[in-house]
Amino acid sequence: MPTNDRASWYDEQAGPLVRLYALTRGRARPSPVLLDLLSLVTADNDPARDPMLSPEQAAVLTLCRIRPRSVADLAADLDLPLGVTRVILTDLLEYGHIRVTRPVRPTALPTERLLQEVIDGLRAL
Amino acid sequence: MDSARSDFVALKILVAGGFGVGKTTLVGAVSEIRPLRTEEAMTTAGVGVDRTEGVEAKSTTTVAMDFGRISLREDLALYLFGTPGQDRFWFLWDELAQGALGAIVLADTRRLADCFPAVDYFERRGVPFLVALNQFEDSRRFEPGAVAAALDLDTGTPVVGCDARDRQSVKEVLIALVAHAGRRHAELARATAGT
Repeated sequence: MPTNDRASWYDEQAGPLVRLYALTRGRARPSPVLLDLLSLVTADNDPARDPMLSPEQAAVLTLCRIRPRSVADLAADLDLPLGVTRVILTDLLEYGHIRVTRPVRPTALPTERLLQEVIDGLRAL
Repeated sequence: MDSARSDFVALKILVAGGFGVGKTTLVGAVSEIRPLRTEEAMTTAGVGVDRTEGVEAKSTTTVAMDFGRISLREDLALYLFGTPGQDRFWFLWDELAQGALGAIVLADTRRLADCFPAVDYFERRGVPFLVALNQFEDSRRFEPGAVAAALDLDTGTPVVGCDARDRQSVKEVLIALVAHAGRRHAELARATAGT
């Protein structure tokens, strides 16, 4: 059926035609796997190899193949809300497309050496 | 390098303070700033209430936070999160405050009371913080001691002046915060060892 000669009935002012929850197949929150804001996401797979991936999932893989990225970085890069990003990541994690490592961070006591390194790093900026 | 990656250290610093006090400016002065959106159910507003089941009004709102990253080394980065100023977004803070190295409470001496809630929150949470007085052109200079007294700060909480637009000035604030967080953690370690 030739449809390509029909003018679009919508324009940019129509706003997003895909609701955010459609990107997550209706789910509003991620599975219980806790994805900390600063958890690092690493991707091993080439998104081009899996035609089943959604554009957003493929975008995550593309971004994380360059270098590991934090969950917060990804949400900002993808311009998606944090919750939606977490759902997308949860799926990719389940499919085995990504690895997530918790950030090494001073949960209780950062070492004096680390803090001195931070101070030196800030001075050198 | 796998070994380098597993050693990656990401430290979280919060930037809080009243509406319009210059949080976005401060984060932007030292880092590449980007908006980070989060969608929240407004029913969560009762912080600390355990009950999550039951009737849920499906009102959600999108809240934008300021988000900046400072890469100090390949394997060491500071993440700055500018928290929404309005009280009704406080439920967002709990996740942000968890594991945070420390917090900057940015204050405007013309509206000092605006930062009471942030001071109160971090004191109760035991998050090391300092108060940075953003020097606006028409604001009176205050003695740090007077500000500490007005805010009823715990002894040892630093009060520093700053210009949120100035990179060097904001760097000094961050350095003061990291040094203060180090002292606080050392005190905690001694207190724990002593009991």
